[in-house]
Amino acid sequence: MIQFTVNGEDARSEQPPDTPLLWVIRDELGYTGTKYGCGAAQCGACTVHVDGQPVRACVTPVSAARGRKVTTIEGLSATGDHPLQRAWIAEQVPQCGYCQSGQIMQAAALLAKNKRPTRAQIVQHMNGNLCRCGTYNRIVRAIERAAQEG
Amino acid sequence: MVERDEARLLDFNVSRRAFLGASAGLTFAITLGLGGAGGARKAHAAGGAHALNAYVSIEPNGTIRIQAPAPEMGQGVMTGLPLIVAEELDADWSRVVVEQSPIAPAYHHPIFKAQYVVASISTLGYFMPLRVAGAQARRVLIDAVAEKWGVPAAELATEPSTVVHAASGRKISYGEVAAFAKPPAHPPKIDPAKDLKPGDRFRLIGRPVERVDVVAKSTGRAAYGIDARVPGMAYATLVRAPVRGSGPMSANADAVRKLPGVVDVVMLGHGVAVVADTFAAALKARRQLKVEWKKGLPGDAIDTDRDLEKYLADGRDMKHTGVVFHSAGDAAGAIKGAARVMVGEYLSDHVYHAQMEPMNSTASVRPDGVDIWVGTQAPTRTTLDVAAALGIGADKVHVHQHFLGGGFGRRATVEASVDAALIAKAVGRPVKLVLSREDDLAAGTFRPMTTQRIEAGLDASGRIVGWRQRVVGELVGDFVYQPGYVEKSKNRDVIFMSGAMLPYYEKVANVQSEHVREPERTRVAAWRGIGSGYTKFAIESMIDEIAHAQKADPLAYRLSLTDHPRARRVLEKVAEMSGWGKQRASGTALGLAFAEYGLFAPKIGSLVAAVAEISVDRRSGRIRVHNYWAAADAGLVVNPAGFQAQMESAIVWGLSSALKEQVTMTNGVVQQSNFHEYNILRMSEVPAIHVEILRGPPPPTMVGELGVPSAAPAIANAFFALTGKRLRHVPFTPARVQAALKA
Ligand code: FES
Ligand code: FES
Repeated sequence: MIQFTVNGEDARSEQPPDTPLLWVIRDELGYTGTKYGCGAAQCGACTVHVDGQPVRACVTPVSAARGRKVTTIEGLSATGDHPLQRAWIAEQVPQCGYCQSGQIMQAAALLAKNKRPTRAQIVQHMNGNLCRCGTYNRIVRAIERAAQEG
Repeated sequence: MVERDEARLLDFNVSRRAFLGASAGLTFAITLGLGGAGGARKAHAAGGAHALNAYVSIEPNGTIRIQAPAPEMGQGVMTGLPLIVAEELDADWSRVVVEQSPIAPAYHHPIFKAQYVVASISTLGYFMPLRVAGAQARRVLIDAVAEKWGVPAAELATEPSTVVHAASGRKISYGEVAAFAKPPAHPPKIDPAKDLKPGDRFRLIGRPVERVDVVAKSTGRAAYGIDARVPGMAYATLVRAPVRGSGPMSANADAVRKLPGVVDVVMLGHGVAVVADTFAAALKARRQLKVEWKKGLPGDAIDTDRDLEKYLADGRDMKHTGVVFHSAGDAAGAIKGAARVMVGEYLSDHVYHAQMEPMNSTASVRPDGVDIWVGTQAPTRTTLDVAAALGIGADKVHVHQHFLGGGFGRRATVEASVDAALIAKAVGRPVKLVLSREDDLAAGTFRPMTTQRIEAGLDASGRIVGWRQRVVGELVGDFVYQPGYVEKSKNRDVIFMSGAMLPYYEKVANVQSEHVREPERTRVAAWRGIGSGYTKFAIESMIDEIAHAQKADPLAYRLSLTDHPRARRVLEKVAEMSGWGKQRASGTALGLAFAEYGLFAPKIGSLVAAVAEISVDRRSGRIRVHNYWAAADAGLVVNPAGFQAQMESAIVWGLSSALKEQVTMTNGVVQQSNFHEYNILRMSEVPAIHVEILRGPPPPTMVGELGVPSAAPAIANAFFALTGKRLRHVPFTPARVQAALKA
């Protein structure tokens, strides 16, 4: 058994220690906001925070979360109004929406360490997150807006 | 199989005006039974709410529930379609709650006679029925108030969510009416000619509206097919035969069954499923699965590089006759008599949908009925095909429609749900089937590779007198629907040949396009933009070549081909937006392209003109697109904010396919496995995108794919302007760019 917290609540997994954290979060614990896109750290759809650091949950074994704080899109803010989420709505970013939990979690890690990123820093930080609907320019605008409106 | 009569589709002969006119519009006014499935369900749940028809129910607190009949895959129909109902209902949009409708005949798309989102025609098709539904619900409210107040209905009017009697100054909210109104036994008849709002009284249609699904999609709450959870379910993953029509001969099923967590290994006709207690266990066990596939299929021999050479040869060999797709005048004769003939050849590779949510479906198969939870573009077909696969009646199958993590044509076919149902039946418990990304790609359904050859005959003054376009490649329609489908559709493979005509370059009098057919060996599909993605690449590149050969400006040359006001308007607009003809920064150049889009073009179609500004790193061969301007006309605009978003999305899609996307096969097997090999456009590669929407009269025409076809030719034409070299093979990979620069 592996214990950790998810969004501030105690959580435990009975899965083998090499099970990707993604499937523990989604299937065992029921936080389905985190998505599966590639399973190979190639798309960013599964991005969550472990102790505040963005990780690709699809290639992170659950054992790596032992004793740590995992944050998913559901826990980014209690009421869904993190500055990034407000900005995402203001800029009407999502289309199919499937990549957006990962995009927002990736962006949140950037703003946590860099309150006013430049456009180049945003692009560099976000470039591993794919969006097949092509919402990239809106994502950039939303991050800039969140940085400004905080 | 859904009955979709292609002939009827193509004879969809409604003029732009007739949509709002008296008689033609009526054919779209479906009869709305009171208390239709969605409304009735809510009426029961809400206690006291009144279902006014299949689309509308109103609660005494003023909440208006509107059913969204079409699946939402990012294209915005969950917002745009209910908005149309709300307009005629005169609803206060802030009090509207949108729900995904059940899968039921009351919600069928009037052209497809099914719930089915393809070809960007949800808004076009549903426009009149939804207006009628809204008007009908409004009439029920008015009649109820007229009776209650003892005044003639004709004296009553509405304001947003309020019935007004001007003569007495009385007002009553829709919610208050809902508290006492009884739905009439016979729904009032709506005459579209008299009973709908004139366009100048629209309050909602034509104004930017925020999408109803954005909050859920920004907080992780939106439920996709992959998020379905059913008590007691097992998880499955599937490896499908790599070659079309093949299947497993044998597999190490016994060994895999012994692996931890594995419930069973299920052999299907076309693949092998691993079922386990968790998806992680299913994926892990799948890696141990070894399958021997049946040999001897036509697809075994596919080698895409070599086959493209054969396609080229077939395109050149006029004895290899094509099936005529479009013909006006005498193209062959005009070319024969021309002063000069120019020939252009263009190639495109297979491309993969790469929808971010891998294919999945969840099924529960019980003696009393079957439930399917899935995000699909084709819920009605899901019902029918699952029923057929299980040998039960379609009324036993209930499809629960979820959001789609991208559709783009991949989710227009329903094999994931059929597979899930078969696997669930085999293991005797509910099953969630999810393909791994690798299996999703290996078993992808692709926009097929093509070669094209265009011959243009010019007269002495350089005018085009004859035009012949031969498009070489596999049939698509038969694989998407059923064998023989294209033959029955006047032998026109619309998905493959879309765009192979010059309806807006009407001064080219003699035009013919042909489909030179290659053996059907590949799993193929409609792919956002369908054939127009490559046919317009060829056409617009060729027009550019001809313009340069005349030393004509590419914009002026295009304008010389058309007097059509809509075409001239988008061309002139994009020229103005992009500063066409002005000096550019050194190292960059502009390229122009034009396209109409739509299955019914030119009778009903949308138009786009686009300009790309690019630079090239000659060492690496990388093209960078700096700016992309597009002027778009899709007739009446329902939600300009949604239109804008879809244009941006489709432009990125078009740029991605033009610059990067490529599926290759050797011995019939796809050579790419995941996103490190199947590359799509990233944030760092996206240009500044500038879109202007040019409004037009009804009907609202195709939006979701409109941005795609102009992208590749705009880049190729800019590349020529910059380097004097032609890019003829999509995608324009660095290696191809370098080769073109050396040529
Ligand atoms: S699913 Fe983890 S990076 Fe793609
Ligand atoms: S919004 Fe669809 S993949 Fe990003």
